[in-house]
Amino acid sequence: MRCLVIAEHDNQSLKAATLNVVSAAAAIGGEIHVLVAGENAAGAAQAAASVAGVAKVLHADGPAHAHRLPENAAAQVVANAAGYTHILAPATAYGKALAPRVAALLDVAQVSDILKVVDADTFVRPIYAGNAYATVKSSDGVKVITVRGTAFAAAATTGGSATIETVAAVADTGTTRFVSAEIVKSERPELTAARIVVTGGRGLGSGENYQKIIIPLADKLGAAIGASRAAVDAGYVPNDYQVGQTGKIVAPDLYVAVGVSGAIQHLAGMKDSKVIVAINKDPDAPIFSVADYGLVADLFEAVPELTAKL
Amino acid sequence: MKVLVPVKRVVDYNVKVRVKSDNTGVDIANVKMSMNPFCEIAVEEAVRLKEKGIATEIVAVSAGVAQCQETLRNAMAIGADRGILIETDAELQPLAVAKLLKAVVEREQPRLVILGKQAIDDDANQTGQMLAALLGWGQATFASKVEIDGGVARVTCEVDGGLETVLVNLPAIVTTDLRLNEPRYATLPNIMKAKKKPLETVKPVDLGVDVTPRLTVLRVEEPPKRQGGIKVPDVATLIEKLRNEAKVI
Ligand SMILES: Cc1cc2nc3c(=O)[nH]c(=O)nc-3n(C[C@H](O)[C@H](O)[C@H](O)COP(=O)(O)OP(=O)(O)OC[C@H]3O[C@@H](n4cnc5c(N)ncnc54)[C@H](O)[C@@H]3O)c2cc1C
Ligand SMILES: Nc1ncnc2c1ncn2[C@@H]1O[C@H](COP(=O)(O)O)[C@@H](O)[C@H]1O
Repeated sequence: MRCLVIAEHDNQSLKAATLNVVSAAAAIGGEIHVLVAGENAAGAAQAAASVAGVAKVLHADGPAHAHRLPENAAAQVVANAAGYTHILAPATAYGKALAPRVAALLDVAQVSDILKVVDADTFVRPIYAGNAYATVKSSDGVKVITVRGTAFAAAATTGGSATIETVAAVADTGTTRFVSAEIVKSERPELTAARIVVTGGRGLGSGENYQKIIIPLADKLGAAIGASRAAVDAGYVPNDYQVGQTGKIVAPDLYVAVGVSGAIQHLAGMKDSKVIVAINKDPDAPIFSVADYGLVADLFEAVPELTAKL
Repeated sequence: MKVLVPVKRVVDYNVKVRVKSDNTGVDIANVKMSMNPFCEIAVEEAVRLKEKGIATEIVAVSAGVAQCQETLRNAMAIGADRGILIETDAELQPLAVAKLLKAVVEREQPRLVILGKQAIDDDANQTGQMLAALLGWGQATFASKVEIDGGVARVTCEVDGGLETVLVNLPAIVTTDLRLNEPRYATLPNIMKAKKKPLETVKPVDLGVDVTPRLTVLRVEEPPKRQGGIKVPDVATLIEKLRNEAKVI
């Protein structure tokens, strides 16, 4: 057995999700190699080499990987796939765009969003918005997998001393060109890796109220901020705040849901949080069925009071 | 320009499915089935492209059991011009669907294929990317804005940190995210009209595709249940519990 982990990175450093994927690979067993495909990505390759448990880093550097387009990344993975029994990527926007492409090029199935490794061929994954867990066994020679970050502990960023092997970067497939990115820079902890998350829903009523009510509480708690789909659709906050079946999956120590009803699609993204607090004025809101501590109250009174007393 | 829209019939998003007591799957007998919400968004986007004079014909395709005809009629009621049913009772996994769709693409020669980003039953999020790979086409996934300009699609994609815009040469694959559009309701006259639109049925063998599953489902279980919590009377109690009982702040 030999696992190839596809690193998500920004050329200088690894994205946190990569570390969870390394742990999933460790659960499968065998040697772990990491592919860093980027442009001027020596920093990221170095970071990958020092991750505990990594035996070798394949570093592909070239202009085709400047913007991490999945067409080029998939071609790179396939060019270096020989000898690997498992190819793993994080179940992030990057990994989801890439992994199915790799699988199709290799004519194998792809196993999405695994929660658990049962054995080298068998994995547990959520279906129906996490309302059921399926144990699936792959009959393919190569398993292409995306990993749910919250289901695996992060591998240590130090302790490894992997060799770095330079591999030839593929040429640009030319089908797709990067134009621009609007990436929100924030001092806050990243949503999927934060210890505390405060989420606002439609109950806030407006973007101004989100700023006025949610942000001060999040600041007090040093929390990341999230939102329901309804809050994103209504334009209170950008799309990348969405927690849920079709947004981000989070599992912090503390999740505070404010003015969120608790639709199954929302619960799918946060019900593995350690402690859940819900503040909602409707005592029958489904969010209370998963909340450890529910407060039936008007959020416009309760949240400022909470912020003030913390 | 011809646009192909693959649409999947799934358990309605409002239904909370139950795991069968023998753990072989989820119970979908007698539950409401609908078009996958992301596919509705895909059909709507194609119809808007037609209304703008960019798309000339919209072909909806569904793979699965005979009842997928309803899903295709639904797509035609929103505005698709015709439907293709790839009929089979076999279990279809994303790789098999992508191969079936590739065969249809080769026959129909669309310039654009718009799929949903994810089917809300298997939550796979794979088929569009797989189809793009099999065809050697570019892909723009999780789209929140699509503009067609001559031979290229300019697509804004939802990514983890925000938004990213790419130019993809046509023919191309686009997969839809929630913010792309709000699908219209099918009006009664359009539902009636849809009944008369052409609907062709083919079988996987006609397309020369082996749909044998690569993954075997060994077991389906309920996820672990959360312990029921408590309601606290006021903010002070909440803080006290979080500090001293849960010890998370
Ligand atoms: C295909 C698909 C995918 C989806 N994916 C997601 C997803 O990933 N994530 C997601 O979140 N949703 C998703 N949804 C949407 C989901 O079904 C719900 O519509 C959404 O989660 C509702 O958001 P909400 O709880 O903020 O709004 P609502 O359901 O409108 O709830 C607002 C809540 O605020 C409370 N409230 C109002 N005013 C106050 C006040 N003054 N004080 C206290 N409480 C108040 C109300 O009692 C209510 O419970 C998806 C839906 C579909 C169809
Ligand atoms: N059986 C099917 N018939 C038609 N389209 C499908 C089928 N399965 C998947 N798709 C398309 O692929 C998208 C993503 O599905 P999935 O990869 O299964 O999450 C769906 O939104 C559809 O557009």
